[in-house]
Amino acid sequence: MKYVLLFVGTMDDQERFDNMSAEEMAAGMKLAEQWFEEYSRAGKIVGGEQLKGPQTATTVRYKDGKPIVTDGPFIESKEIIGGFAIVQVKDLDEALEMAKAWRAGPVEVWPAVER
Amino acid sequence: MFREEAAKLTGAMVRLIGNFDIAEEVVQDSLVAALENWPAQGIPDNPGAWLMTAARRRAIDLLRRDQRYAEKIALLQRSTMPAEPAEADDRLRLIFTCCHPALAQEAQVALTLRAVAGFTTQEIAAAFLVSEPAMAQRIVRAKRKIVEANIPYRMPQGAELVPRVDWVLAVLYLMFNEGYLSRGPQVASRRDLAEDAMWLTSLVARLLPDQPEVLGLIVLMRLHLARSRARFDSNGDIVLLPDQDRALWDSTAIAQAVEVLDRAAAMSSPGPYQLQAAIAAVHSAAPSWRETDWQQIVALYDTLLRIADTPIVRLNRAVALSHVTGPQAALGEVNDLAISLGGYHLFHATRAELLDELGEVALAREARLRALELSQNPAERSLLQRKLRG
Repeated sequence: MKYVLLFVGTMDDQERFDNMSAEEMAAGMKLAEQWFEEYSRAGKIVGGEQLKGPQTATTVRYKDGKPIVTDGPFIESKEIIGGFAIVQVKDLDEALEMAKAWRAGPVEVWPAVER
Repeated sequence: MFREEAAKLTGAMVRLIGNFDIAEEVVQDSLVAALENWPAQGIPDNPGAWLMTAARRRAIDLLRRDQRYAEKIALLQRSTMPAEPAEADDRLRLIFTCCHPALAQEAQVALTLRAVAGFTTQEIAAAFLVSEPAMAQRIVRAKRKIVEANIPYRMPQGAELVPRVDWVLAVLYLMFNEGYLSRGPQVASRRDLAEDAMWLTSLVARLLPDQPEVLGLIVLMRLHLARSRARFDSNGDIVLLPDQDRALWDSTAIAQAVEVLDRAAAMSSPGPYQLQAAIAAVHSAAPSWRETDWQQIVALYDTLLRIADTPIVRLNRAVALSHVTGPQAALGEVNDLAISLGGYHLFHATRAELLDELGEVALAREARLRALELSQNPAERSLLQRKLRG
């Protein structure tokens, strides 16, 4: 079964991330890479990306039949999505195990609709 | 009797059908059918088989509408009651699935009562004082999540086991407290949540005999229930521990519970439930409130704080401390908890008691009024009102 793991955080986390020293950044990236590598090798990762900051996001939506383009994420909140991974595992427990192994911040685990 | 059959039946059906939602639904339907038929027709010779047949028929009816389940139908038509060895595993799997941390805790309680203890939705709604449609909604949502998010029907293994057992125990203790604290003086005709929570905990203990915390929780529940006859006076008003008539306590039950606690202690893996049970055991052994071994109780709370440092534990420790070092020191400790426990009625009730002892009548009254504002339990409210009247 497929799940999407959303790596979430707050705007404060984002700010901390933006102000990290090069070494801190490198250490953090290494942890994330190790996570992706380990689970890719186990064949559990279908895809995933790290996302740039919310200040780089753009939202497109329709209003009265016309597309409206606006700056920023659609969901106006203090929470942001820093990245995601699409995983293919047996059940929720296995997906939760992967989420627990992610130490960089909170993870939302969403089951994907099966087709 | 339902609670003996429900878990076996649900466990077997989940295994046969492979869909928790449908399996649990057909068992519930068969229990409701039994409640409707048995009073008139009499209880069948083999109630388990009767329920299994009803559940299988219902499942076949439901599944016939869906071509994907052709194989399952064949399986259901062949099956009889599950063999004994598989059954213990089934029940445990069922409990761990119902008490999965990915479900809302109140839904875990409701699902466990329905699927494992054979409560009807109506009975659960009555026990938790919510409307039946609201409870049904809660259960439907949880069952849908089990299926949609693919929460597995299995026992947690390895390092996962102990934290998940703790989680199950938390659900069972919540269930117990809900029944125990809200229980009125007269035992109502509805099923008793506290008794059922204890039965479920005993079931877990039978299935997982080497987990001392499970035993600890059983002892804690038994000690509470052993004192329950003294909890209400002839007017039906609640009587707190200091004022209880200890002759009404069930001394046999207390002795048996303490034996179980010794068995748990022999496993040399102390935990919060064993420690709370030990504290309850010290109270049970005391001839009176005054003659309680308060030093021992404070020491047990100190150990408990090292494992589980929560404001509630600190509050309870402060009460014990007041008997060792006096109300002034205890009040200081209680006041420190104002931020975390300001919305908890027992925080204010405890302050009121300590202020009374210090002769601060006006402040005590103020605290008691605040406690009354925050308390919802009728028995506790009436106690506070009596104290306010003096």
